Amino acid sequence: MMNREPKQYSSGEVLAPPTERYTILGWLHKNLFSTWYYTLLTLVTLYILYAILKPSLIWIFTQAQWEVVVANLRLFMVGQYPKDQIFRIWLALDLLAFTVGLAWALFLPKERRVGAVLVIIPLLLASLPFISSYSRINWILFAAIGVAGWALGRWQPKKMRRPLIVLMLGYFPILILLISGFEPILKLVKTNYWGGLLLTMLLAVVGITLSFPLGILLALGRQSELPIVKTFSILYIEMVRGVPLVTILFMAQLMLPLFLPPGMKIDNVLRAMAGMVLFAAAYMAENVRGGLQAIPKGQHEAAWALGLNGFQTMFYIILPQALRNVIPVIVGQFIALFKDTSLVAIVGLLDLLGIASTVLAQPEFIGRQREVYLFIALIYWVFSYAMSYASRRLEVALGVGER
Amino acid sequence: MKETTIPFWRDERVLKWIAQIIFLIIVVASGAYLYHNMMTALAQRGLLPSFHFLKLTAGFDIGEHLIPYSRSDTYGRALLVGILNTIEVSFLGIIFATILGIIIGVMRLSQNWLLNKIATVYIEIIRNVPLLVLLVFWYTGVFLQFPRLKEAKILPGPTYVSNRGIAMPWGKPTETWHLYLYVLAFGLLLAAIVWWRLTLIGKRTGRMPLVTVWSTLTFLGVALLGWIGITLIYHQAPLAIDRPELKGLRTVGGLELTPEFLALLSGLVFYTAAFIAEVVRAGIQSVSKGQVEAARALGLNGFQTLRLVVFPQALRVIVPPMTSQYLNLTKNSSLAVFIGFPDLYSVAGTIHNQTGRAVEVTILMMAVYLSFSLMTSVFMNWYNKKIRLVER
Repeated sequence: MMNREPKQYSSGEVLAPPTERYTILGWLHKNLFSTWYYTLLTLVTLYILYAILKPSLIWIFTQAQWEVVVANLRLFMVGQYPKDQIFRIWLALDLLAFTVGLAWALFLPKERRVGAVLVIIPLLLASLPFISSYSRINWILFAAIGVAGWALGRWQPKKMRRPLIVLMLGYFPILILLISGFEPILKLVKTNYWGGLLLTMLLAVVGITLSFPLGILLALGRQSELPIVKTFSILYIEMVRGVPLVTILFMAQLMLPLFLPPGMKIDNVLRAMAGMVLFAAAYMAENVRGGLQAIPKGQHEAAWALGLNGFQTMFYIILPQALRNVIPVIVGQFIALFKDTSLVAIVGLLDLLGIASTVLAQPEFIGRQREVYLFIALIYWVFSYAMSYASRRLEVALGVGER
Repeated sequence: MKETTIPFWRDERVLKWIAQIIFLIIVVASGAYLYHNMMTALAQRGLLPSFHFLKLTAGFDIGEHLIPYSRSDTYGRALLVGILNTIEVSFLGIIFATILGIIIGVMRLSQNWLLNKIATVYIEIIRNVPLLVLLVFWYTGVFLQFPRLKEAKILPGPTYVSNRGIAMPWGKPTETWHLYLYVLAFGLLLAAIVWWRLTLIGKRTGRMPLVTVWSTLTFLGVALLGWIGITLIYHQAPLAIDRPELKGLRTVGGLELTPEFLALLSGLVFYTAAFIAEVVRAGIQSVSKGQVEAARALGLNGFQTLRLVVFPQALRVIVPPMTSQYLNLTKNSSLAVFIGFPDLYSVAGTIHNQTGRAVEVTILMMAVYLSFSLMTSVFMNWYNKKIRLVER
């Protein structure tokens, strides 16, 4: 055996493991053609891929008639929302951009890549060939405001902390006020004029926001030592989780009006929102319960030993930790809820999916189902994928689950 | 020294009961208030809750029914047709989604770069699009775009593929069919005995034979022998092939699958398979690499490693989330209404439109879905208990 002189390294230097390097042929051999059956599998798969992709791509680029999307873009985005009031939606978006920019600068100063998305996506949208110049300007404004918020946060990180928290907590009521309006300053826009992507988004946001307190109460009820409260919570949660969302929407549409005192009426959209909230609350309760159960018992005991009573233990010690841990799960639930809002189309609301049927009923666009539904699917996909990507990055950046 | 007692307003046990009683009063009072409002509203419309309407004549047609049904049947029977349709589509959906999901999940772990990427892209696309959108696209964009029946694509069989769905040859029971059912029952019995004996042998010797394979083979053998025997003795096979025929504007005979059914089933299968694939992948990845290496070191071959070491351990991680996927599929089958397949929700909706009985229909519908959920989770919990790790 040969004794080789060990190579001398300067102290503390740690070499990274050697990276594997292949030639192109080597890579192909290892990943696609390593054995005869892998080779066969690869070839068959390639053929199937070719057989599916070729006609699809030909259709998308040469045969599909995308005018139906371009002509109805506003309908898809905001539905019947009055044209002269659309600036309110932009205002809400700009406020969102500002808040997100600020939050990024304060909470994740090191995470640049996702922050850049805030600029790149609106600019990309602004450069789409078929949108109106009004939207174009507004998207550029959106990006600028986002950057402004970020810059402000970088410049005054200490001073902006409090305003940011106020903004984050106040965003939801401001949003609702902006969209629905308040006399005499902003014209009232009734909920049955809300539609398209706007309605889809609002349903999801309202669902998750209002189900949050309800869900926490139900989770606490399920954990409680009081048998009556516990039974009630379990019954509610399990019943809602045991039936499909459409049946709950069906109930909300048909039975909610019956429950109200005579003379009081609520419209379709509000009923659907009530249904979404009741539905989401049961799932939220289970998510929060997961967080509650993850808190070690020592925390309870320590709080009791310090002389805190039951309420104080819950609200100062347990809940803050539990809720911090379930943030990623709640983001996941929001994405699921965003997709689930499409079911309101079944009970006749004009959300993104519901409006598609209206568009397809126009005589000049009959038979354009593929184009319209592909476009809608793309919108849903972009939003869900972007949100889940962002939340994954956020989890890593915040170190959730680590201490 | 006088013993100090806690006054009752600071006694925790008393306080707890007071809190519960207050809670109960609030719940009951608000429930009663809502109930009162409902009854007033219903009385105004002359629709006081009762289930008598179930015995009235339905008067509407249902496109697909597993049991005989015509428009002169009752609402109750219409509802039953809807329930059976839901069960049919959920049952088939669960089976196919499991198979496809396992295939995609294994592809996701494959060393083959192409398969791996295809599985990843598939999962990322499907999971981020609402099922309802997929279903509508699948129905209107694919199944309704097939050629008209006159220009139908004819596959060997003959199988007609058109925008009216698929019509294909299918077995039709003949006079000897009921006899053959006895043979099948006997085969099942024999397979059970083989299963039992082999498990016993496996327990005694410590070498588990291929129990599933042998008992399946037993059943198939009996089924085959019975088929040949009956055909030879009675000169008639238990099943005759029924081929679809083109008659005017429709096909007659064979098995007819409507585009609604096909779109719903395949939509549910493709959607749920993406979720099941992730469950399967997580399950297989949860088995630590050392287990595989240890099994190989003990001299097990690849297949044995999978069957005896990886799979039983992965199953424990897989079963609970799989249960919720099955439940989701069953609940998601209610989206059928949007593409016109007559499932429970769709039939219930029609009944509500005709009778105006919102409360009763809602109660019935929710009760049925709840019992589906309950049955599935009871079965899966039982199965989960069976395969659970037995610890000392």
